[in-house]
Amino acid sequence: MKVLMKGNEALGEAAIRAGCRHFFGYPITPQTELAAYMSKRMPKIGGTYLQAESEIAAVNMVLGASAAGVRAMTSSSSPGISLKSEGISYMAGSDLPALIINVQRGGPGLGGIQPSQADYWQATKATGHGDFQVLVFAPSTVQEMVDLVSDAFDTADRWRMPAMILADGMLGQMMEPVELPEEGEHASTEKPWAANGHSNKREHNIINSLYLTPDKLEELVVERYKRYEQVKATEQRAEEYLCDDADVIIVAYGASSRVARSAVNKAREKGGKVGLLRPITLWPFPTGALQKAAGHAKAFLTVEMSMGQMVDDVKLAIDCRVPVHFFGRTGGIIPTPGEVLAEVEKLL
Amino acid sequence: MVFAGFGGQGVLFAGKVAAYAGLIKGKEISWLPSYGPEMRGGTANCSVCISDEPIGSPLITAPNYLIAMNLPSLERFIDGVEPGGTVILDSSLIDREISRGDITVYRVPSSRLAEENGLTGLSNMILVGKLFHELGFCTDEVLDEAMQKCIPQRKAAMLELNRRAVALGARQ
Repeated sequence: MKVLMKGNEALGEAAIRAGCRHFFGYPITPQTELAAYMSKRMPKIGGTYLQAESEIAAVNMVLGASAAGVRAMTSSSSPGISLKSEGISYMAGSDLPALIINVQRGGPGLGGIQPSQADYWQATKATGHGDFQVLVFAPSTVQEMVDLVSDAFDTADRWRMPAMILADGMLGQMMEPVELPEEGEHASTEKPWAANGHSNKREHNIINSLYLTPDKLEELVVERYKRYEQVKATEQRAEEYLCDDADVIIVAYGASSRVARSAVNKAREKGGKVGLLRPITLWPFPTGALQKAAGHAKAFLTVEMSMGQMVDDVKLAIDCRVPVHFFGRTGGIIPTPGEVLAEVEKLL
Repeated sequence: MVFAGFGGQGVLFAGKVAAYAGLIKGKEISWLPSYGPEMRGGTANCSVCISDEPIGSPLITAPNYLIAMNLPSLERFIDGVEPGGTVILDSSLIDREISRGDITVYRVPSSRLAEENGLTGLSNMILVGKLFHELGFCTDEVLDEAMQKCIPQRKAAMLELNRRAVALGARQ
């Protein structure tokens, strides 16, 4: 039988079942239950749970663990992710896989503690300094939080880059039934690059992000961007809901996509041809699914718990072929299906 | 359904029992708590959705059922209750007339009943007993299984008290 779990705890259990044995955390509302869960579970299974002295320390411990070849993760909420951005950039610059979870809250600054999606730009465009991207996964249910943890670990290993799960306070705090995968289904991939003990049986590996020669640094960055092109071509994920005949398509991810789905159902009851396109990866952005939808939709509406940070990505994905409108609430307010329906009806 | 009261009255637990009953019945369910400073001193609440369809927004603004354990909670949610909906309130703590004629109101003196019956702290489960009696949603066995899921082994002694509270509530 399925079990009821809080999103935060489900993320932790899923990570353990995906083979993660190294968690480095620091408490912050609304993600603290994840760290608390790991602190209880890790010692029982021979794993490492360490509450660091700061978010910066925690992310750098992840860097160290990942460099040694193990699956490592950290989690925080918005202000804490800003602190981790230095370490995330270093991991990207060192081609290290890792999982970083952001259970978003309202911002900027200390902001508030209620659910938000205002870290979209940070996650997809400015996770730290320098030329780099991280994989960004956006679950919308507790079950999908579980499923995307192993997916994120696997994808991060495949491409040797950090992955982020962009959740929010609503998903972190809510309970839903989940089916957990059996442990060991997701074995880690071989990591011949890892800087671990090798008894002088091979050349030693070096993990580094410092390259003082511009030619060398440019070469490495350009190589990395070739890999990003492959990631864009192969790792886009999105879900379409009633899009085939839709005149208006809502584009929404995570918590706001659930509200949007309710609004789509209400609109359909009244005969309105409305659909939902839900990006599951925010980077790579699902441009393929959007281009297809732009072939028949008359308008798009992004619904976000921010001031409209995803609008430009939708416009770029479809080359502005049809109008892209926006409705959102921010600061920790979750929009209601009725509010979204009213916006949709203006476009029908 | 929305369960609301002071922090410490067990509204989140009551909601969890209801959610588990839905899960055992094979329904789609969600449980969303309030969190943060509003839990301290103000009103704590949780939204529980039990549905045959996948659940969209888990945040309930118009509940079909409201379980109110204090006056601020009642005042916050009463206007949003769906027409035809049901309110179950602790009448030993809430002394207010409800002017709406389009909803059913059950007044259960659950805090007083809990004190009088050696069930201190289980006012919440008396109201759960009343709720499930009126809902007719599941058998007593299903509700009992839900309670077993929600009460950890180390607190097994609490199970019997919870059972008594639910049975008492069902008779109100």
